[in-house]
Formats: sequence, structure tokens, C-alpha cells
Amino acid sequence: MQVQQQIQQTLEQQFDPAHLEVVNESHMHSVPPNSETHFKVVLVSAVFDGKRKVARHQLVYAALAEQLAGPVHALALHTYTGDEWSARQQGAPDSPDCLGGSKAEA
Amino acid sequence: MDIINTIKEQIENNTILLYMKGSPNQPQCGFSARTVQALMQCGERFAYVDILSNPEIRANLPKYANWPTFPQLWVDGELIGGCDIVTEMFESGELQTLIKEAAASNAAD
Repeated sequence: MQVQQQIQQTLEQQFDPAHLEVVNESHMHSVPPNSETHFKVVLVSAVFDGKRKVARHQLVYAALAEQLAGPVHALALHTYTGDEWSARQQGAPDSPDCLGGSKAEA
Repeated sequence: MDIINTIKEQIENNTILLYMKGSPNQPQCGFSARTVQALMQCGERFAYVDILSNPEIRANLPKYANWPTFPQLWVDGELIGGCDIVTEMFESGELQTLIKEAAASNAAD
């Protein structure tokens, strides 16, 4: 199964999301074509009610530990409760442009 | 020294500490760049560690922090978050308040 589908399925199962977007943003970074390394996730779930942002992200990281230990290098996370999401007008923010860090790492 | 002790010391001894890729003037990753920009706009001094030149910290901090990616902003010994959280807090004004209060309490110590 593709990494994007794994992420999608895992989050659907564990967070019962009211809204979920999993976007492959790998093409924005210095990796080969068709890579699955950089993702953006927008996740709206009642699981996040009353939880601070750090705790929310840690829940998502724990759910995706296998992917993060393997192919996934970056995960932009935008986590909202149902109320927070309906209060937002413009959806989730855009991810930043790449600055070529993987070349510096080589 | 054990690398985990090094990390603990860094976090304890620096009220405002950013683990990032590259340096504030030459960030090597868009997520680190966006985070350091928000932090610099708060107008307080902060410490940073370039994890690209500290591979041991890069390998071990995620386990210690229960946070798999970089950048990581730590204030008063607590993980505040990565790029997405810091950016959201900056836009809502929360980050400026947090950073100013941390810097002020550190100066008073």
C-alpha cells in the first residue's frame, strides 16, 4: 500500500475525523519524482477537544510512528476540533518552501 | 557525557531554545526558516542548536521529546511545538506573550 493511503487509513481509523486531508507535498522538496516523504495533514476530530496542540500532535505522531520511522521525513500537521475548524474561514495554512536541507545533510 | 544528559542540560540552561536545521541566518529547511523567523520577530534573545551539525542530538532528541521532527521550540524546559504550532501561536499573538514572559522571568532570576 502507498504511504499516503496508509496515513489516510490509519487516521480515519484512530481519529474518526470530521474532516481529513492528506496531501503529498514531496514534489515541493529536493527528493526524486513520485517520492512519498513530505506530507501535510489537516485533521478535524473530536478527539482533540480540550487538548493542547503539543498533545494533539503527539497523538498523531504516535499513530503514524511506523511511517515516521520509515519513509516519512516531514509531516505538516494542522489539528482542529470541530468548533475551531468551523471558526476558520480559509482552511489550513500553506506549508513553507524547501531550502534544500537534505543536500546539506548529504 | 551521555547525549541525553547533554540534551537535558541544554533545555534546562536555555530559557528559549530552538533545535533547527541550519542557523537563524542560514536555515536549511523551510520549516526551520519559518519557525526562526517567527521567533526572531518576538525580539528576545534565544539559543539555538543546529541539528545538521549535531547528528547525535538529531538522532536522540526525538525519543526524549516524544516528537519525531525538527524544528522544536523549547521554552522554560517545555516543548512548545514545531513549525505549525509556533506559526499558529505567532499569528494569534500567543507566541509573543510566551517569549516575552519567559525572557522577563529569566532576567529576574
